Amino acid sequence: MRHFLILIWMVALSFSALTVPAMAQNMDAPIQQLMQTHGDALAKASRKTIQPAIDALTASGLPAAQNVMERWQAKEVWRHKDTGAFVIAEEIDRDTIRIFDPSDRSEIGEAEDKAYKQLKPNSGVRGMIAAALVKFQLTDADARVRVTALDAISRDPEASHLPALRDVIATESDPDIATRMTRLERLLTIQFGADDAERIAAIAHFEGDLGVDARAALNPLVTTRVQAAQERPDTPDVLGPITPGSDALSRMDAYALLVAENLAPPLIPPGEVRAALIRNIDGDTVAGVQVATLSTDAARNSAFATLVEQGLAEPAATVQEIDTALDAFQFFEVYIGAPPTVARAAHDVLRGIEASVALNQTADLALDAVSLASIYFLAAIGLAITFGVMGVINMAHGEFIMMGAYTGYVVQLFVPDHTLSILLAIPLAFMVTFAAGVAMERLVIRWLYHRPLETLLATFGVSIALQQLAKNIFGTQARPLTAPGWLDGSMVINDIVSISYIRIAIFILALVFLALFLIVMNRTRLGLEVRAVTQNPRMAASMGINPDRINMLTFGFGSGIAGIAGVAIGLYAKVTSEMGADYIVQSFMTVVVGGVGNIWGTLLGATLVGTMQKGIEWLNPSNTLAAQTYMILFIILFIQFRPRGIIALKGRAAEA
Amino acid sequence: MTDTTSLFPKYAKSRPVITRHPSVLIFIACLALFTLGVTILSEGFGIGVISTSFVKTLGKTLCLCLVALAMDLVWGYCGILSLGHMAFFGIGGYAIGMWLMYARTEIIVVQSLAAAPLPPTPQEISDGIATQIFGVVGASEFPPIWALAHSLPLQLAAVVVVPGLLALIFGWLAFRSRVTGVYLSILTQAMTLALSLYLFQNDSGLRGNNGLSGLQNLPGLDAVPQSVVSIWFLWASALALGLGYLLCAWVVSGKFGSVIRAIRDDEARVRFLGYSVEAYKLTVFTLTAVIAAVAGALYYPQAGIINPAEIAPIASIYLAVWVAIGGRGRLYGAVIGAAFVSLVSTWFTGGQAPDVNLGFYTISWVDWWTVLLGLSFVAVTLFAPKGIGGLMDLVPAGTPDRHGAALGPDDSALREKEADK
Repeated sequence: MRHFLILIWMVALSFSALTVPAMAQNMDAPIQQLMQTHGDALAKASRKTIQPAIDALTASGLPAAQNVMERWQAKEVWRHKDTGAFVIAEEIDRDTIRIFDPSDRSEIGEAEDKAYKQLKPNSGVRGMIAAALVKFQLTDADARVRVTALDAISRDPEASHLPALRDVIATESDPDIATRMTRLERLLTIQFGADDAERIAAIAHFEGDLGVDARAALNPLVTTRVQAAQERPDTPDVLGPITPGSDALSRMDAYALLVAENLAPPLIPPGEVRAALIRNIDGDTVAGVQVATLSTDAARNSAFATLVEQGLAEPAATVQEIDTALDAFQFFEVYIGAPPTVARAAHDVLRGIEASVALNQTADLALDAVSLASIYFLAAIGLAITFGVMGVINMAHGEFIMMGAYTGYVVQLFVPDHTLSILLAIPLAFMVTFAAGVAMERLVIRWLYHRPLETLLATFGVSIALQQLAKNIFGTQARPLTAPGWLDGSMVINDIVSISYIRIAIFILALVFLALFLIVMNRTRLGLEVRAVTQNPRMAASMGINPDRINMLTFGFGSGIAGIAGVAIGLYAKVTSEMGADYIVQSFMTVVVGGVGNIWGTLLGATLVGTMQKGIEWLNPSNTLAAQTYMILFIILFIQFRPRGIIALKGRAAEA
Repeated sequence: MTDTTSLFPKYAKSRPVITRHPSVLIFIACLALFTLGVTILSEGFGIGVISTSFVKTLGKTLCLCLVALAMDLVWGYCGILSLGHMAFFGIGGYAIGMWLMYARTEIIVVQSLAAAPLPPTPQEISDGIATQIFGVVGASEFPPIWALAHSLPLQLAAVVVVPGLLALIFGWLAFRSRVTGVYLSILTQAMTLALSLYLFQNDSGLRGNNGLSGLQNLPGLDAVPQSVVSIWFLWASALALGLGYLLCAWVVSGKFGSVIRAIRDDEARVRFLGYSVEAYKLTVFTLTAVIAAVAGALYYPQAGIINPAEIAPIASIYLAVWVAIGGRGRLYGAVIGAAFVSLVSTWFTGGQAPDVNLGFYTISWVDWWTVLLGLSFVAVTLFAPKGIGGLMDLVPAGTPDRHGAALGPDDSALREKEADK
């Protein structure tokens, strides 16, 4: 009988081995045995019970453990319903799966999925698996995997990461990754360190550190909560007293705190008077008062008082009651984010960090201001020639900037390489706007010298026409002018101070233009003749200079520079038909504030305007409109006190 | 200056404004005929040939003529090319718009609160109105500048006082530091830009770029159809234009007019003669700002909506364009220019103008009108500085044919020599 039973069992076993290839797998492999040890926990994984199994897998040191855990996380581990053997499986179709041995990943064969049950860890468990996997990833041979693991940890740090990190730091070969690991280890120690001393040491490590991650790790430690008590306790976690009615704690908030802790009777919520009156409307009266007369707060309050007397409504806390309650209690802040010693250490370090953050923000702001100033300078420098030197008001100057930018856009349509296209666009933009400027000087401005108001009007006409023309040709939507790849990104000095390469390029371009202007005006024959013609055209003419030709060339030169500025501005802002109009008033302001006829004045004007605008934006963040408004008002006032600008021309040149 | 009328104020005084300005009578007669004609042809009071929306367009055009008159006075006669008068126009619109919007919302809120179990308190009504008006910019409280919005007389006063004060302060600052010519133009343009940028903010208290809307509905007069309201506004606009013309004609004649024209021609010389140039300029600047604001206050109830884009500097530039095309330095020129350009502009941009098919390209006037306007403006500045009004010089008007005589029928208009300067 016994033998017979054994025989039947063996037959059954051999049969099942034929039909279910799972039986062919190696049940003695260490990983399989380990999984069997935690078989039930794995099969019915829940957040509460799974930790030992995950720990066992992680600690086993088995080469297959990482693969098993990854597959498990991906819901690709199945378990045989009868034998309990774990396999890795891929679904082939609805009913069949291809199974693999977890120990060596060798394919076993195909099977019906009815015999197996899929392990489906829920998201909580998958998170725990991921955390455990980090340890494997940190020691991965591929540096990118290690960096990914570090990213994952810094995104979502957990206590278990700390020992894992500490284990691998010593063996890390890549110095950059090692630095990151050390920093992350310090950050994690702040959060999960074993004792206060360890945490304080880690906090001290970040003295003066500007990293956002350092502040993100420190800030939760100094979290406080406002509490109220009859007497302020003298425990280390208690901070100084707060007076109700100060900025930190309004009186109503303080009272609400007392109410929340059942230390004072609740206030009547807003609208309760009205609601109570409506509840008690009886026909057309409330508390004996005609409803129709309740159209003032005084009438309503007196009717409500009657209701209270009749016991139909809860009395509201009076002002005196609130005052008494607030006077009876002391309000203070309590550290709730960390033990007091840690919190105080964090507080001190944070204060140091904030000081250096403020310093660096100022530096960043200054960089921003310089960059904005160089943009204004670029936009204004062409004007400094046509308006400053020649005295011609060209309201179409903004449209020349726009033409330059569109030239860049068109060049990019034909030349796909960004570096080459920008190098081509700059001389082309100069040529296009030079031609436009010369044409405008010949056709319009020449007839209007000495009639500045008419020049202003006629160039307005040109400006309107050019703007609409650009709209008709290029449409109203913004066109891109893409900077070459090597101008992408920014120069990062630290976590706070950074400046994009485009802005640096614009700054350099502004300097180049300044140099160009100075050389042309002071060192060339053309510059000499220009100065002669602008000071005294008749005298210049009698010296053999052709004033017509000089005026034409000067105007063309100024317009051409506006075109190049357009390419630069187009890289930084979008190219639209209205982009010129956005700069025209600021450009004129820059020239006028600086002092007409002096390039250094224009430079100073641009610096002043740029700094002013950034400064006002800093005082009133997220409101560039207000910044521009106040800046223009400031300029209007400034011109009251220095009508001829910062650098005023003196002597005969001023009369010219 | 051989013209005796302005050299001898006594002689000028002895003749009434009308005789020195024959164009006043003709103009007012034309305006009256025009108003009468439109009324007869309108839907509200007449045979219904002219649609209500076109009546509104005509009414708005009259307001634009009025602001062009103001522009002509300050630019054509006093030589201040202000690029800020459309800002004053807009402020007038905003001032009246605040009352229109407040009063109308109040009626709606009171109606909706009437259904509530308790009669509303003033505070509840005010909160309701604030939520209605400012919900769109995420606020629910009245900004301080709305303190007077509940009162029509006070807001009407604001139409005059606010732009007047702004012009007074700005003008005082600018003229005091002797900012003149193109610098002054740029400065006024900056003022306009600052104002429009300020109004574009949501926390400006005037609903940011949403502006004020629903202004065509007169509070409490819901029963009156728009066809009738449009005629009322046409009458009001015509009356304002007539009075404005008379006022401007009176200002430019006589001694005051002579002085401001002299300032236009040579400011330094007038100052050396002992006149307070700044005071004259300030008076003209402020007066014209107020006229512009009144025009705006009549314009926007007909337009129905006002937003900060209306105040943008380009609007003031167009104003200068109208006056230049019409012929500056003569009052009827400004009116003709504003009426002509704005009506033609409406015709072209309204899609009524037939497209021109060139075979390879179809010129759509909606797109090309602005180009044409810009270029014709250049052409007028270059070749016809007298503008359309210059055609009047072809009419023999009995003025002595001599060098330096006033152009056109009116004394004190632009003189021959000046026009050719």
